[in-house]
Amino acid sequence: MKKKRKGLDQDNKWGYLMIAPTIIGLLVLNVYPFIDTIILSFSSAKVFGGREFVAFANYAKMFSDAEFWRATWNTVLFCILTVPVGVLLALVVAILLNARIKGKVAFRAIFFLPMVVAPAAVAMVWKWMFNSEYGIINTVFHTDIDWITNPNVVIITVAIVAVWSALGYDAVLLLSGIQNISKSYYEAASLDGCTKLQQFRYITLPMVSPTLFVVLIMRLMASLKVYDLLYMMVGEGNPALSKAQSLIYLFYRESFISGNRGYASAIVIWTVLLIGIITAIQFVGQKKWVNYEV
Amino acid sequence: MKQKKNVTTALTYVALIIGSIIMVFPFVWMLLTAFKTNAEVMQIPPTILPSNWNFSSFAKAVDLLPFGNLYFNTALMIFLRVLCAVVFCSMAGYAFAKLNFKGKNILFTLVIVQQMIPGQIFIIPQYQMIAKMGMTDTIFSLVFPGIVSAFGTFFLRQAYMGIPNEVAEAAYLDGCTRWQTFTKIMFPLTKSSIAALSVFTAVFAYTDLMWPLVANTNINSTTLSAGLSSLNGQFSTNYPVLMARSLQCFRWLCCTCASRDISSKAWQ
Repeated sequence: MKKKRKGLDQDNKWGYLMIAPTIIGLLVLNVYPFIDTIILSFSSAKVFGGREFVAFANYAKMFSDAEFWRATWNTVLFCILTVPVGVLLALVVAILLNARIKGKVAFRAIFFLPMVVAPAAVAMVWKWMFNSEYGIINTVFHTDIDWITNPNVVIITVAIVAVWSALGYDAVLLLSGIQNISKSYYEAASLDGCTKLQQFRYITLPMVSPTLFVVLIMRLMASLKVYDLLYMMVGEGNPALSKAQSLIYLFYRESFISGNRGYASAIVIWTVLLIGIITAIQFVGQKKWVNYEV
Repeated sequence: MKQKKNVTTALTYVALIIGSIIMVFPFVWMLLTAFKTNAEVMQIPPTILPSNWNFSSFAKAVDLLPFGNLYFNTALMIFLRVLCAVVFCSMAGYAFAKLNFKGKNILFTLVIVQQMIPGQIFIIPQYQMIAKMGMTDTIFSLVFPGIVSAFGTFFLRQAYMGIPNEVAEAAYLDGCTRWQTFTKIMFPLTKSSIAALSVFTAVFAYTDLMWPLVANTNINSTTLSAGLSSLNGQFSTNYPVLMARSLQCFRWLCCTCASRDISSKAWQ
């Protein structure tokens, strides 16, 4: 009895010692900043000088600001453009990569390529390809579209690049889900005379649905936080910027370019709430289509 | 039946090859453009291959950006962030998985909640802390937000959960202290998870754009990603030079591929 007690005391001591760096780090780097951002969103703070409590003034300004609503709409539109298409294409690629073919490893590496290059470099080459005058895309397709400078088109342009960048990563994740499905299901199904399409519909799809859900949530969260592709492809000085920016981009500009930290904090809190609500809806909705049994 | 199967296989190959061309083409185009002269890229219709291969864009790209500094900063940042993640997350992950101490559940909930909150919400106060310390434009400021990782703690805790308690008990009976059990027995058993976490951490660190843009505004003290973006627009008419600069990022590709390869081998 006494010995066990001593063991527990030891556990206490070592437990606290071993989590100390992480917990202290999280308190300093995350918990304090989280609280500070909330306080900041109720204050007016300039780059130099203190802050002043202004109650809901930042939120009032935000909800009556057309630029803010445009950014919210852009963010949602970007999700609508990238998430369904991106996840569907990734599923198709995963199924293709799962087929009995040669050179599987090489194909997988090729599709994974964009993920290991810095988004800054990826954005740069696509910006050049989408150049309205000399870009290869307008030349090859004999079109004359202002891919980068037309505010109504640029979101589609960035969405194409985003889908292209994430395709391989999502496909590799889905592939691992598909490969975990036991072959015996397919054997039983083909003995019962199921077609390939039926096998996909009644075996592959339900069995891969948990992985599909993970990919969907990840893609959704990444799309709601879109920033670096827009920063690189649209950027400061582009006339389309104020009409094409996302919420996080607006946050960046307000906090670190204009120096309206209080207002920017209100925007980032709104963004986090929006992400939270949309993710929560997905988690409720998953009960209808994600299959966790078996 | 067999013929039908052949058709399906052929279609699979065709689809994969078309897909691969779409995936690879931008990189090929980047390479080809970097070898062309500025006059050649403005030609209509555009040429596919450069009419003569010229290397001057690469030299110009090196002149425009302090690549030596950028490489050094990025490499050191990645190294320190990976080191912090591996050391601190292993310790905390082990404690959360295998030790019993008061308040464990509450503290672990804190980790889980942090992991779910998007990082952008922390940026303004994090920047203000760095500014107050007078540490902007240093390596420390680049590493700062990555010193601890809620995700890494959770990830390694799961890895330690997968190791049976008997292993630790056997070590304890053989006279290991808690610390020795951790460093000599348990830590080496999570090698593959550590490799995976290192790759995640490294990729996240060097693709991250907003933090280096905010914290290290001096071109000599920032990372490759932020350095590349800083000249975006300024020299945007000279596409060969831009492409040559972007290509510099490709050396990282080799490093990352190598480390991915190692970690995927470790996974199996």
